[in-house]
Formats: sequence, structure tokens, C-alpha cells
Amino acid sequence: MSIVFDKPHALTDNLMHYCPGCTHGIVHRLVAEAIDELGVEDRTVGIAPVGCAVFAYNYFACDMIEAAHGRAPAVATGMKRTHPELVVFTYQGDGDLAAIGTAETVHSATRGENITIIFINNCIYGMTGGQMAPTTLPGQITTTTPYGRNPKIQGNPVRVCELLSTLDGVAYAARVSVDTPANVRTAKKAILKGFKNQIDGKGFSIIEVLSTCPTNWGLSPVEALSWLRENMIPYYPLGVYKDIDSGEAEKEAK
Amino acid sequence: MAKVLMKGNEAIAEAAINAGCLYYFGYPITPQTEISEYMAKRMPKVGGLCLQAESEIAAINMVLGASSGGTRAMTSSSSPGISLKSEGVSYLVGSDLPAVIVNVQRGGPGLGGIQPSQADYYQATKAYGHGDMHLIVLAPSTVQEMASLTGEAFDLADIYRTPVILLADGAIGQMMEPVDFSARTPRELPEKDWATRGHGGSRKHNIINSLYMNPEDLERTVEERYVRYRKIEAEEVKYDTFMTDDADIVCVAFGITARICHTAVTMARAKGIKAGLIRPITLWPFPNDAINTLADTAKAFLSVELSMGQMVTDVKLACGCRRPVDFYGRTGGVIPNPADVAKKLEAMASELGLRS
Repeated sequence: MSIVFDKPHALTDNLMHYCPGCTHGIVHRLVAEAIDELGVEDRTVGIAPVGCAVFAYNYFACDMIEAAHGRAPAVATGMKRTHPELVVFTYQGDGDLAAIGTAETVHSATRGENITIIFINNCIYGMTGGQMAPTTLPGQITTTTPYGRNPKIQGNPVRVCELLSTLDGVAYAARVSVDTPANVRTAKKAILKGFKNQIDGKGFSIIEVLSTCPTNWGLSPVEALSWLRENMIPYYPLGVYKDIDSGEAEKEAK
Repeated sequence: MAKVLMKGNEAIAEAAINAGCLYYFGYPITPQTEISEYMAKRMPKVGGLCLQAESEIAAINMVLGASSGGTRAMTSSSSPGISLKSEGVSYLVGSDLPAVIVNVQRGGPGLGGIQPSQADYYQATKAYGHGDMHLIVLAPSTVQEMASLTGEAFDLADIYRTPVILLADGAIGQMMEPVDFSARTPRELPEKDWATRGHGGSRKHNIINSLYMNPEDLERTVEERYVRYRKIEAEEVKYDTFMTDDADIVCVAFGITARICHTAVTMARAKGIKAGLIRPITLWPFPNDAINTLADTAKAFLSVELSMGQMVTDVKLACGCRRPVDFYGRTGGVIPNPADVAKKLEAMASELGLRS
């Protein structure tokens, strides 16, 4: 019998701890596929800070570092600057990247660190059990916004790709989703490009992936995908926000 | 190599480069900014990198990233900035990563002042980060030691896979003295087979991590680290003594204060008081045995510090409270004169009935 579909080599055999319907598993697979396709597992170092993906070191087969909450871009800077031959990526959630680690995110971006950031935006703190994230939508109920997020009290959400795309050091900023097979394919392309940019020395790439958290949203996996489409995509439109080789990108799109 | 006249802060920077540290991550703060400035000038010429981070927090995490790859790296700051690095220091410890962190202390708490201080003694030796942990803490008292202990710090960090603190103060950081950079013999170092720099297809992936969800696993890693700490305590204690053999009153002081005490001891001796000085060079591990042995013959101890009295508790513990341990100190950036300390020694001698 011939194998037509296999687990990427860059993923280990360990069982993932993610909840049913959570899209972390899909994104892990896409990252691992990109590493496989570029043939760089032997020289890749992944950095996963505090958050639901903190155990990513158990799932990726490349060398891995578990970092403090929000500090992955600084750790990645230290790693990449001392070992430019390595492929260095971070895998961060919304609280990590856009709240406690905002300074590290913005400054690694504006310095144009030649790294790849995979940013999981699911509008909620998953690991600690469903508190408000910097990306929690206006009106969204979480355990720390039990009456819904009120921008007058809890402030407004952060649109990360829009913010970072204004910085000179950013080579590529794209927002994708993994809610449909078509969107998964687009996400894969973006992630692959993010890694390829680094290998080509183009600078900072960030791929924001809109993701679901059925457990903390209190929805079934299927309902969660609908909620993402109906609520998240209108506030966080999908697309490429910055691409220093936009000419090429347009060609690819055609 | 000939001696060169240098500022203490610059001696640290040059010594780090001599020790093969080609990566420096820092953030400006008085009175240690000369380290950053020296690194910025020198690193490009030796093929290294001096990167000014967006914060002290980022700087220590850049060191963590560099160290994860098995590369020597350092950061430096002064008291308020040192507090910001504490999260990263705890992660370095929990991940068993070598690193050198320099604290050129200034007065606190809060923004405090910019004059010399030793008030971060507790922080450095007892609680620089959350969790069960120790750090090796080295206390230079001359510009020469700023250089030699910096080299030693990198070796100790690699040998024991631990962050090492160079606890200096604004006085030694800013003063100029002759330095000989060849004065130290580097140690034999272990292979860094744990580093995350790509598995190269030749081994299982390495993981740098401080997270253990199973309490027994976490307990085991902490206990393993404490076995290493016991070894450090047994093998790495360093101190210096001056006129302690027949001393009735032994001053205990480190860094700039030890130099003040050195003069004070001589002044007291001239007045017929048998004073002496023990200068801890490692603040952790603390020279407990040496102080305890001195307690066999000395009648009292005097801890002299640029603080309200922190090391004094360690002196009491070291001598098992067998002898009275007194304290003299100034804080906030005020530096005592040798005569002030000598006067205190005279007063102690009178109290103890030691005046002839």
C-alpha cells in the first residue's frame, strides 16, 4: 500500500494536548510542513513562550526553547543574531504577543530581525481559562469581561498586522485563517513565505492566524468556526498587510 | 601584557571580550553606561555585536536566546534596571543556562540615586528571581578584579550552567586603576551538548525549558540543581584576609567598602586595637567556614556595608551567633570615611574592654 498522506517529519509522534476543535493542531502541521518543504529542520530553532502552545517543544522535532511570557521575540533576537545560519521562528498567542510582549514584538519588528513569527489570534486567553485578551472583540464575553468587553472600560482590541505593517523593518505581515480548507491552503502559503523570507534574508515576517477556542468560547467546534467567520474576520480582515516584494506576491495571486 | 589605565566599567567590557564574549545586550543606565559605550565601540572591531535593547527585560531575554545556542553573552545594568531583569534571570536558572549579569549598584529603593551602593546584596544573594534558586555572586573591589572576576564569571557560568552576577558598585565602576588583562588563567570548560543550535540531523532535538507540569519532575530538577549548588559551595568560595591572625575585631566587607575597611584596620592598629578584615569575593557562596573559624579566636565582628545592613545577617549565621556581630554602614550613595569606620572599631573595643 502506498502512503499518500503522512505526518510531517518536523512533528514528533507525541499526542497533542489541545482541546477538541482547537486550531493549534492545524497551524502546527502547517509550520511543520513548511519546515519539511524547505528542508531546514536540522537547522531550525523554534521558540514557544507561555500560552496554550507552551508545550510546542513536545510537538516540533526541531530544537526548541520555551520562553517567558511575551519574550520570545527577544529570545529569537539573541538566537538569530548569534547564529544567523539558523532558521528561527516564534509561535505566540495574542496575550503573549500583543499584551505582555508588545514591546518585544514591536521592537524586533522595527529592527527588522530576520525571524518568522507565527501569531495565533483567538481573541481569548486559553491557557488560563478564558480571560480577556488584547484582541478580545468589543462586546465579547470572557471570564474577566463577564458583561462583554466595553471599550470605554476595557479599551479597544489591537489589530496587530495593521500596526506592524507601518514599521520599516517588517518584510511581510499577513493575516490568514484556518476555518476552511481554502483558507488553510492560503495560510500554508503565507507561513511558507514567512519562512522563505528568513532563509532569503529579507527580514521580519509575521503571519497572524485567526484561530478558534471552542472550550473557552463555550461553543462546539463547528459553531466556533462560524463565530470566527461572523465576528473575527469582519474586525480582523484577512489579507497581506505588507510585503516588500509585493510585485511578486501579486503575480503569485494571479 | 602591560598594565593599562582603565575605568572599572571599561575593564569589565574589555575582560568580557577577552573571555570570548562577543555578544552584549544592554540598556543605558547610570553609573554603568560606559560598559555599553565601550562594547558599542569595540564589538564591531572584534567581529562581535553590541545591541541596545528596547528594555532591560528584552536585553536579558536576548542573552537567554544567545546562551540557548551555546554562545557566551552578557548584559549589564544598575540597580533599577537589574530589578527588571529578574524574570529573565529566574528563567535562565530554570533552564540551566550560563550567563553573566553585571550590576554596578546605585542607591535605592525606587529610582534612588546615582551614587555608589551595596544595597542590592539581599537581591543578588537571596532573591534575584522567583523559585528555589541561587546565583554565583562575585564582588570585585579593584579595577583589576573587575577584569579578572569578569573572566572568571564566564567560566563559572559555563562550568555550572548558571547565571553569574558580578556585583560591583558605582565607585569601582567609575574609578580608574591599572589593569593587567593577562592576569587570569582560563579554566577547562565542558562541552555544550545541550545547546539548541539545530539538531543537524544527527541527534534528537534539544529542548531548553523551565516548565514541568508534574510536581515530582520539577522537584527532581530543582534537587539536581541543588546538588550543583553544594558543589559550588564546596569548591568555589573565595575571600581575602588582612591582619586576621591575631585580630580581636574582624571587619567583614566587600567591594569598595573593603578598601575603606583596609585603611580603617590600619588606623585602628595604630591605636593599639587588634583589628582585621575578611573580604568575601564570592558573596554566594559566602565564606561561612572562614568566618566560623575566625570566630574561634576573634572576639567580635563588624560588618561594614553601603546599606542599612544586609550582609550582617550572613555574618551572624556564619559564626553561629557565637560572637557579637555589629554593623556600620551608610546608605543612599553616601560613602563612609576610613576614620568613621576606625571610630566605630574604637567604640567596639571600649565596649568589649579591649582598650589597653
